Amino acid sequence: MKILVPVKRVLDYNVKVRVKSDQSGVDLANVKMAMNPFDEIAVEEAVRLKEKGTVTEIVAVSIGVAQAEAVLRTALAMGADRALLIQTDEDLEPLAVAKLLKAVAEEEKPDLIIMGKQAIDGDNNATGQILSTLLDWPQATFASKVEVSGSELLVTREVDGGLQTLGVALPAVVTTDLRLNEPRYASLPNIMKAKKKPLDTKAVADYGVDIAPRLSVLKVTEPAKRSAGIKVDSAEALVANLKTAGVL
Amino acid sequence: MAVLVIADHDGAHLRDTTLKTLSAAQGLSGDIDVLVYGEGVSAVAPQAASFAGVRKVLTAESPELKADIAEAVSALILSLADNYEAIAIPATASGKNFAPRIAAKLDVSLISDVIDVVSADTFTRPIYAGNALETIKTSDAKKVLTVRPTAFKAVTATGGSASVEAVSAPAVALKTRFVSDEKVTSDRPELGAAKVIVSGGRALGSAEEFTSVLEPLADKLGAAIGASRAAVDAGYAPNDYQVGQTGKVVAPDLYIAVGISGAIQHLAGMKDSKVIVAINKDPEAPIFQVADFGLVADYKTALPDLLKALG
Ligand SMILES: Cc1cc2nc3c(=O)[nH]c(=O)nc-3n(C[C@H](O)[C@H](O)[C@H](O)COP(=O)(O)OP(=O)(O)OC[C@H]3O[C@@H](n4cnc5c(N)ncnc54)[C@H](O)[C@@H]3O)c2cc1C
Ligand SMILES: Cc1cc2nc3c(=O)[nH]c(=O)nc-3n(C[C@H](O)[C@H](O)[C@H](O)COP(=O)(O)OP(=O)(O)OC[C@H]3O[C@@H](n4cnc5c(N)ncnc54)[C@H](O)[C@@H]3O)c2cc1C
Repeated sequence: MKILVPVKRVLDYNVKVRVKSDQSGVDLANVKMAMNPFDEIAVEEAVRLKEKGTVTEIVAVSIGVAQAEAVLRTALAMGADRALLIQTDEDLEPLAVAKLLKAVAEEEKPDLIIMGKQAIDGDNNATGQILSTLLDWPQATFASKVEVSGSELLVTREVDGGLQTLGVALPAVVTTDLRLNEPRYASLPNIMKAKKKPLDTKAVADYGVDIAPRLSVLKVTEPAKRSAGIKVDSAEALVANLKTAGVL
Repeated sequence: MAVLVIADHDGAHLRDTTLKTLSAAQGLSGDIDVLVYGEGVSAVAPQAASFAGVRKVLTAESPELKADIAEAVSALILSLADNYEAIAIPATASGKNFAPRIAAKLDVSLISDVIDVVSADTFTRPIYAGNALETIKTSDAKKVLTVRPTAFKAVTATGGSASVEAVSAPAVALKTRFVSDEKVTSDRPELGAAKVIVSGGRALGSAEEFTSVLEPLADKLGAAIGASRAAVDAGYAPNDYQVGQTGKVVAPDLYIAVGISGAIQHLAGMKDSKVIVAINKDPEAPIFQVADFGLVADYKTALPDLLKALG
């Protein structure tokens, strides 16, 4: 079985976000970037399936600026076999990303695509579902458990009110939730090895898909700030304050 | 223009999320129809029909719709899409699961997690865990939106008398099989609709402690129980309790955070609550920066004291 794992380069989740004063966007100059945490979980799951012997090849793909090579190297160090960078300086909408990933899937013919449920920058939670629709493959989103059972994949999903288990026929698209696994740190020898693994670079134009934006950003602003209130020194004082505030 | 609102319900009642999505849909102006899907939805449809401004309620039933299989739900909505310029869907786990499929088939860009309808083609949505808000304008003729319920007030005006009409669900060759559900049942209010939420973090240390410490307080306040990711990951609380960027977004009148540090990903899910209380033994915990009332104390003594003080 072959797995395709799309990984996105995003602002590191620990970095404090700064909105640019001209309201044109978020300041990404000189800040730490990293692999989207949900995509690390996707890579980890693929590597675990490979370690179990179910999977023979893992291909990581990223769409983004030249520096996105770094997150692909991380994926390779974690255990992916090959990588593909579709290089572009444009911010693509999920629809465009999914169209490119569809073209990659048609070329690579994976049996399974595992990707993050959401990128922590755009927070769209959309690309996997769109890709599944475009490919006409079944989808199993927000996975907290994945099990291969013959030609079917059993996926336990985090849904409103608890968990749901679906059986999806392969090929399929799975998106990861936080509790699917805990991603490993790449070891130094594996980081060294990853430098020698194959990484192809292509251009968006190579795929001939429509990536024209449908959305234009009018402005990006900072949310209203909440200011710190007061410290109280006892439970009684807390209750008195809550009564005054009208919430008890 | 006409808007189709997709109802969220529990089989007996419309959820608050639906009433808030209706409110967002009113900002788009035009006729509003509501689609109620599932199985045995005859009790729910009249509730939707009773709201002022609703033109028509559509119902559709099948086992796949009841199981909320994304492929089946999106096929149903697509079969109706020709009649609408906008489709508004509550941004719940269920809505987020099928909404992008509809946008994909219509070849439009999904607009997710709308917190403000600026005009019929311009919307505001949070990005970067709510640390920035983007206002975007779409050039797509048809709009598919998911609506963040906490950002809108529930519609209250009733007196409507919309007609209820059954539509048939299109046949889809599913490559997905429903296996099982493992739903947490509870008599408490739902997180999304609760006026008061008591939320616990890693500090609670075990599932037993989580329950034995938080339940009495939640019972006393008629509150829902929430949790940080750390508490859910450690198995102290079910996944459905997680509040935050990647869990549920809540905005109750009162949010009490017990033993939660206040990571940005957690704050993303609760910082729009009316009043926030933090109980944490570390005076430097970031949660205090957003709390209206902070109590620096060990929860082990603070919670029994609080119960006593509540009388
Ligand atoms: C109007 C607009 C303004 C934008 N402004 C900014 C900005 O200021 N700064 C900025 O950084 N971005 C910006 N973007 C890009 C945006 O944040 C997202 O990259 C884009 O919308 C994709 O959404 P998402 O990443 O939230 O997708 P999601 O659907 O949340 O992503 C889910 C999964 O899809 C996969 N995936 C998504 N994108 C890629 C990719 N490029 N390569 C490989 N896999 C991928 C990953 O597995 C990911 O976990 C903007 C986009 C738009 C449309
Ligand atoms: C991609 C991504 C998504 C995430 N999404 C979410 C999300 O949706 N929701 C979420 O919550 N987190 C999320 N997180 C995790 C988040 O970053 C934090 O790790 C998490 O919120 C921490 O949980 P906590 O506050 O319970 O634990 P900790 O940070 O460990 O805090 C425990 C707190 O308890 C206090 N404490 C300890 N003992 C006591 C005592 N006896 N009495 C009183 N106080 C005590 C400590 O002082 C400390 O402040 C996400 C992380 C990532 C990377």
